[in-house]
Amino acid sequence: MSTLSIPATLHEDRGGPGQPLLTVRDLSKGFSVKGGLFGRGAGRVRAVDRVSFDVLKGETLGVVGESGCGKSTTARVLMGLLDGDAGEILFDGEGVGSRALPLRAYRRQVQMVFQDSYSSLNPRLTVEASIAFGPGVHGVPKREAIARARSLLARVGLEPARFADRYPHELSGGQRQRVNIARALALEPRLVILDEAVSALDKSVEAQVLNLLLDLKEEFGLTYVFISHDLNVVRFISDRVMVMYLGQVAEIGETEALFERPRHPYTAALLSSMPSLDPDARTMEAPLAGDPPSPIDPPPGCRFHTRCTFAEEVCSAREPALFEMSAKHRAACLMLPPGSGHSRAPATPEAAHV
Amino acid sequence: MSAALEGSPALPVPAAAPSQATGYWTSVWRRLRRDPVAMGAAIVLLLFVLAAILAPYIAPADPYRSSMLRRLRPIGTAGYPLGTDELGRDMLSRLIFGARYSLLMGITPVALAFGIGGTIGIVAGFAGGRVNTAMMRTIDIFYAFPSVLLAVALSGALGAGFGNALLSLTIVFIPPIARIAESVTTQVRSRDYVEAARASGAGALTLLRVHVLGNVLGPIFVYSTSLISVSMILASGLSFLGLGVRPPEPEWGLMLNTLRTAIYVQPWVAALPGLMIFIVSISFNLLSDGLRSAMDVKQ
Repeated sequence: MSTLSIPATLHEDRGGPGQPLLTVRDLSKGFSVKGGLFGRGAGRVRAVDRVSFDVLKGETLGVVGESGCGKSTTARVLMGLLDGDAGEILFDGEGVGSRALPLRAYRRQVQMVFQDSYSSLNPRLTVEASIAFGPGVHGVPKREAIARARSLLARVGLEPARFADRYPHELSGGQRQRVNIARALALEPRLVILDEAVSALDKSVEAQVLNLLLDLKEEFGLTYVFISHDLNVVRFISDRVMVMYLGQVAEIGETEALFERPRHPYTAALLSSMPSLDPDARTMEAPLAGDPPSPIDPPPGCRFHTRCTFAEEVCSAREPALFEMSAKHRAACLMLPPGSGHSRAPATPEAAHV
Repeated sequence: MSAALEGSPALPVPAAAPSQATGYWTSVWRRLRRDPVAMGAAIVLLLFVLAAILAPYIAPADPYRSSMLRRLRPIGTAGYPLGTDELGRDMLSRLIFGARYSLLMGITPVALAFGIGGTIGIVAGFAGGRVNTAMMRTIDIFYAFPSVLLAVALSGALGAGFGNALLSLTIVFIPPIARIAESVTTQVRSRDYVEAARASGAGALTLLRVHVLGNVLGPIFVYSTSLISVSMILASGLSFLGLGVRPPEPEWGLMLNTLRTAIYVQPWVAALPGLMIFIVSISFNLLSDGLRSAMDVKQ
């Protein structure tokens, strides 16, 4: 695979394997909601509210949560498509937008695959023109960009001779999503954000695309942020999983630990909503009732207390911080830190780290 | 699968943008050709255009030469296949020369408004936010007046004449075209492919050129073609009111006006200019309709 004529330093691993590729600290993003005659009054949706997490080099971080929990907004802020209101994003140790890493340089290294495979391809461009667009923007000569697009097409399993000159409407959903993946890879990014990238595909195609993503990850040394509402898919592909609720991180930890022993009641409820193939393990009652509360006016204290079975008085009074059960597993629930005032909280610090 | 390839360019490496454009326009043309109504309308319009261009060669008589002895002859009179008007001028020749005015009055204001209004709308839609609000609210002021009234008022203020009529019609058509251009651009701008292109670091001008223009010009163009007939009718209306082309020019609206006194004497002859306006404007509408469905990519 030919390399882009991009200064090598930009794609170099700087901080070493121990340094997270992406560090997000206290990221917030709100939208003002228009209401009333002159667009005043209604207030502000806090779509992402003081979110902090790391994405380690070479891992796949799964992000799950109900619709409206801030998954996609987080992705768009990470992509630089939206400006965050507060907080900072570090990419391999460098602040995004700083002198060492201007936004344009950052964008080459972070690419995104969108959910809607049709609307994410320009209907008036051929497949190869769509893929070659990004490199072209960064000054790669046309001929080279086209050659690169064709080799990427081959790599994602679409024979260039047959597909390069086609238009998006001539392809199936799975083929289009492969084109989108090729397009995202055309700039040789280090981080790829997959925003519900396989959710619109049918199951057999979904499996093929997931396997393709795994192969590409290995071949190009990619790091993924994999956003999905499909817990089975997230469990399959992720090394770690982050659960979001109403714009905040509810729990984050290694996939198996989190799926085997969820520590946040919201995670537990989400997991028990997964349909099981075992008839004895049928879900008999809905684990969660109703919709999440409005993010315009989130409930005080723990945001989940309005739907939580274990909610006590303290939950509406105190906002839980992310509590570290082990080095790799954290959850924001008052039942976890000792002495939080919740009756189920452990009595001693030792008991908390089991 | 391979059936879908039929008709798309089979060349191995189409180098640049032009080949993409041909790919799209070839398929639009292929679909348009299969639409009998649109093709019929196109042929009718083509005949009118040819007649307008070749008027001096095909008109049987001088459209300005009057004859007091042969006034208001009926259709089918020897030497005057479509009769004569109130001043004894040959109707057929006047109608052929009139096609020049009507086509010009139909197409020119719309073409100018397409350029100006389209630019305003695309800029407003692409800029978004306050720029959009400021530009579109200004445009909205024009919506306070009905288009006919606005055209009449502007022509009246500018003074009668062909050029002023064109100018006032152009002003009348800028707001609706800008409005459509703005809404289409706003829609396209929020599509994921524009976001994806932005995420790859493309600047605003590149985004506009590669991803926005190609997807908005089509719909704006189709909408504009549907205004050609309105423009023709408004232009005829202006001439009818004495605000457009002045006598003795053979403009259809003006002819309708001067012949209205003869409506009881020679109703068929008096109705001919109106019939021409009707045929041409409905042909423009049908063609624009066909164009719209032919340009719908998702079919």
